[in-house]
Amino acid sequence: MRRILVGAHYGLTDWLVQRLSAVVMAVYTLVLVAVAGYHGGIDYAFWQALFANSAFRIGTFLFGLALFWHAWVGMRDIWMDYVKPTALRLTLELLTILALLGYAGWLIDILWGPR
Amino acid sequence: MSTVERPVSKPRPVYLNLTRIRLPLPGIVSILHRISGAGLFLFGLPLLLYAVQTSLVSPKSFDSLRSFLAYPVTKIVLIGLVWAYLHHFCAGLRFLLLDIHQFIQLRPARQSSWVVLIASLALTLLIAVRLW
Repeated sequence: MRRILVGAHYGLTDWLVQRLSAVVMAVYTLVLVAVAGYHGGIDYAFWQALFANSAFRIGTFLFGLALFWHAWVGMRDIWMDYVKPTALRLTLELLTILALLGYAGWLIDILWGPR
Repeated sequence: MSTVERPVSKPRPVYLNLTRIRLPLPGIVSILHRISGAGLFLFGLPLLLYAVQTSLVSPKSFDSLRSFLAYPVTKIVLIGLVWAYLHHFCAGLRFLLLDIHQFIQLRPARQSSWVVLIASLALTLLIAVRLW
């Protein structure tokens, strides 16, 4: 079969996003585990104080953005690989996007909403 | 990318009998990375958001979440999600190392696959023991 591939950088952005977001999440995870370990566990007062800190809230928000974007790239790969009917695949992709946008709103509400 | 001439007549093997495919070890790590990622998206993400929200409302809701997580059934689900996170984390780290051309020969690729499988299971076991 003769194939001419055009658009050689197709998917490069997704590839890069997947790796950069992974690094962001890994760093956040290790920092959180280290902070909790240094404090000797998590109780309510410590947890509350942590989320009262603006820097931690912004860091958590960045972790969330990395997570949602990462999940989008990964889930879209899965739908593209296994769901061949176009209408069904687009529906699943749309539902994935809606879920992730909803989760982003939920996270903002958790971080900056009224308690 | 340049085009490559391939003989058209030669039939390519299409061999998709899932019960007869023997996935090599790096393939097992790879498919588990995918399965764990899907599980984390479908179940882990909403549960994590729910847990963080509940934990922050009041000392009472923090305690009620804690007692909810103490049920054996919830513990089993939690341990499953912990394994998914750890496997996804370790296998992802391995993929990042592959990207910078580490462990790309056959033997190192297999060895690092074992390390990923065993390290994530061992860490999960450690957390499971502490949880119980």
